[in-house]
Amino acid sequence: MTFQAAISTAATDPLVNRLSSLTESYDRDMAGPVQSIERAAAILRLLAGGPGRLGLGEVAASLGLAKGTTHGILRTLQSVDFVEQDEATGKYQLGAALLHLGTSYLDVNELRSRSINWADALAARSGAAVRLGVPLEGKVLIVHHVFRPDDTFQTLDVGSLLPLHASALGKVLLAYGAASLEPLVEAEPEAYTRHTLVSSQQLNRAITETRDAGWAAAVQEMIMGEADIAAPIRGQGGLVVGAVGVSGPVESICDSKGHPHASLVGLTRNAARAISRDLGAARW
Amino acid sequence: MVERYVISIDQGTMSTRCILFDHRGRLVSVAQKEHRQHFPKPGWVEHDAIEIWSNLQRVVPRALDNGGVRPDQVAAIGIANQRETTVLWDRRTGVPVGNAIVWQDTRTDALVEELRRETGDDFFIEHCGLSPTTYFSAPRIRWLFDHVDGLRERAQSGEVLFGTMESWLIWNLTGGPDGGLHITDATNASRTMLMDIRTLTWDDELLAHFGVPRPMLPEIRPSIESYGVAHALLPDVRIGAALGDQQAALFGQTCFAPGEAKCTYGTGSFLLLNTGTDLVRSRHGLLTTVGYKVTDEPTVYALEGPIAVTGSLVQWFRDRLGLINSAPEIETLARTVEDNGGCYIVPAFSGLFAPHWRSDARGVIVGLTAYITKGHLARAVLEATGWQTREVVDAMNADAPRALKELKVDGGMTANNLLMQFVADVLDVPVVRPMVSETVSLGAAYAAGLAVGYWPDLEGLRRNWHRAGQWLPTMDSARRETEYDNWKRAVERSYGWIRPQ
Ligand SMILES: Nc1ncnc2c1ncn2[C@@H]1O[C@H](COP(=O)(O)OP(=O)(O)OP(=O)(O)O)[C@@H](O)[C@H]1O
Ligand SMILES: [Mg+2]
Repeated sequence: MTFQAAISTAATDPLVNRLSSLTESYDRDMAGPVQSIERAAAILRLLAGGPGRLGLGEVAASLGLAKGTTHGILRTLQSVDFVEQDEATGKYQLGAALLHLGTSYLDVNELRSRSINWADALAARSGAAVRLGVPLEGKVLIVHHVFRPDDTFQTLDVGSLLPLHASALGKVLLAYGAASLEPLVEAEPEAYTRHTLVSSQQLNRAITETRDAGWAAAVQEMIMGEADIAAPIRGQGGLVVGAVGVSGPVESICDSKGHPHASLVGLTRNAARAISRDLGAARW
Repeated sequence: MVERYVISIDQGTMSTRCILFDHRGRLVSVAQKEHRQHFPKPGWVEHDAIEIWSNLQRVVPRALDNGGVRPDQVAAIGIANQRETTVLWDRRTGVPVGNAIVWQDTRTDALVEELRRETGDDFFIEHCGLSPTTYFSAPRIRWLFDHVDGLRERAQSGEVLFGTMESWLIWNLTGGPDGGLHITDATNASRTMLMDIRTLTWDDELLAHFGVPRPMLPEIRPSIESYGVAHALLPDVRIGAALGDQQAALFGQTCFAPGEAKCTYGTGSFLLLNTGTDLVRSRHGLLTTVGYKVTDEPTVYALEGPIAVTGSLVQWFRDRLGLINSAPEIETLARTVEDNGGCYIVPAFSGLFAPHWRSDARGVIVGLTAYITKGHLARAVLEATGWQTREVVDAMNADAPRALKELKVDGGMTANNLLMQFVADVLDVPVVRPMVSETVSLGAAYAAGLAVGYWPDLEGLRRNWHRAGQWLPTMDSARRETEYDNWKRAVERSYGWIRPQ
């Protein structure tokens, strides 16, 4: 998309409207509006409606703000990619990220293509089925599935949905902010088995443990006799875009005490790191 | 004991890939680099052989690095390559004579017409298993002689060498101007139109027909044999195999028995059926080709249905039309609609290959109405790959004693679930993806590993093959027949666009 087209799309983009109604609701319901958010919204409106790129002075003057304040807000908006600064002129314009808001920034089919080699290798090494999940409307959407390498009859799970709270894939998505816990807890999560975590206390603890450990497991929490292990897939900037995991009968995923095999955890985390590296997550 | 690995080099049309495999045939690390595609005129496609060699010099160390593997842990090098692409270079300087002419290039069409008219297909089919088309190497050598002054003389004196990509890379790996090995393997040589398909030697009559002097040709070696050690990049590591990429994929899918077949979905798509030691002639537009040749064992042959444009249509949709940002996004776009909306794309960019062999065809989009969205076009792009597969499978079933019961697939496009389901639907047989979709690389690795004794035998390799995914047909047969009929009518409309010169 050309820059001009991007601007005109953004001008009618519901986001800008959404931002302004957000500030209105603050007005009505809360102590008072958050001033810097109001100002940020005004700056975005200005950039979307204006003739093109604007300099710092022009933005400040248009809104009647001090240059220092304006600069701080522009810098913050720039850091989240809502605003871009032209290198040559130093002028500001709307950022490309605004156009992709609301849609996941990594296409799920691309995620599958980019992880297929590592998902295959994980299945071959672990002897277990491998699945990749991304968040979708309070569930885990399976976007890729590699069969357990024993050549028995299996069917592809791609497109099916798992509960966030009762799968390792889901717990990883919850733990790293790819999916949110509040609506889940409000809706009273279903207890699939006696091991399913349902209270907000249990789930919060699981989330903390997952963050500390860097991986999650769900043992007989959705179906008796089944278990899975998962680790986060990170994209650029470390943002978690999905989870990859192995799953199967408890006897193959866990030891006799019901703890996930350390070797499977290691293989899963290595695969997740390899995929993350390929997606451009530098530190993992 | 230190782990040892086999390294494979997949020099493809779009990129050069280096992959390390462990003893169980599992992928350990990958490094890949794309090279530029040059389109100097309509129908012309070129690569810079120097760029490809320097890309190889980057991806090999990167693959080792990524896997934490030292060069002395590498047991063997296996090479797979884009086939038919023609490089000529100066033996003393190592400098190529112009750009490499790529397999998709159609500049030799007038020359090919002339050969067919004057000599007839039968002569060529009898000698090399192929009838003349712009696809193969020999007409390109002849074209270069006709267009570069003094080139034929320099070739005659052995000053200029010919090779396909594996020859070029092996020559450079083994010393280049300093005594580099000038060899090719039987699978690659079987695509030049210069090799006797029975004896696997250069054929004097064919050489005479194309005016190709012997001194410029590489020595034809078995596909699987230790050729010598590398000097550059991986010093002292043995080069154990070279195969055309499609034959490498046949090997990687462990299609070792007659009747076993696979289809690889990359830039183009290629269905190969192992016919064992029998040299089967197609009566339905397929090619007879060398499948592989192990040291002094009998030659294994294959029937092949090459499709020129499949993944490259997706690439075109991305790069030239700009309707998607990445190839996999075509699936997302295609899923925004229920069906093709009545629209069909026949991607005859280089004419049509198997089973039509029409160099006078060019691409068409038919069924356009105001209703059609980019989503429908995306569907039509994917469906074109499905129907082209169907045509080749029909030809294969007509030529082979038994009909195909299941299709083994590999390559980048197999990550596309919508496409794989469509292929299963139009073929009405299950489609199966193995646990390594980089099967070209795996095949090259297997071949090299066998040559140096890293793996003992074919049976052991077979046990590494596992089903990673499977798609079962669900389309109702009436719909399949109607759609196939529409496709065939679309294909007819692509014929004859290029007028005879
Ligand atoms: N998810 C996808 N859906 C459709 N097409 C895809 C998808 N992923 C990749 N492709 C296409 O597949 C091709 C890449 O596959 P692959 O990597 O097997 O080919 P390649 O080996 O690079 O080809 P070559 O050997 O000729 O260089 C590209 O043409 C690309 O457009
Ligand atoms: Mg390839």
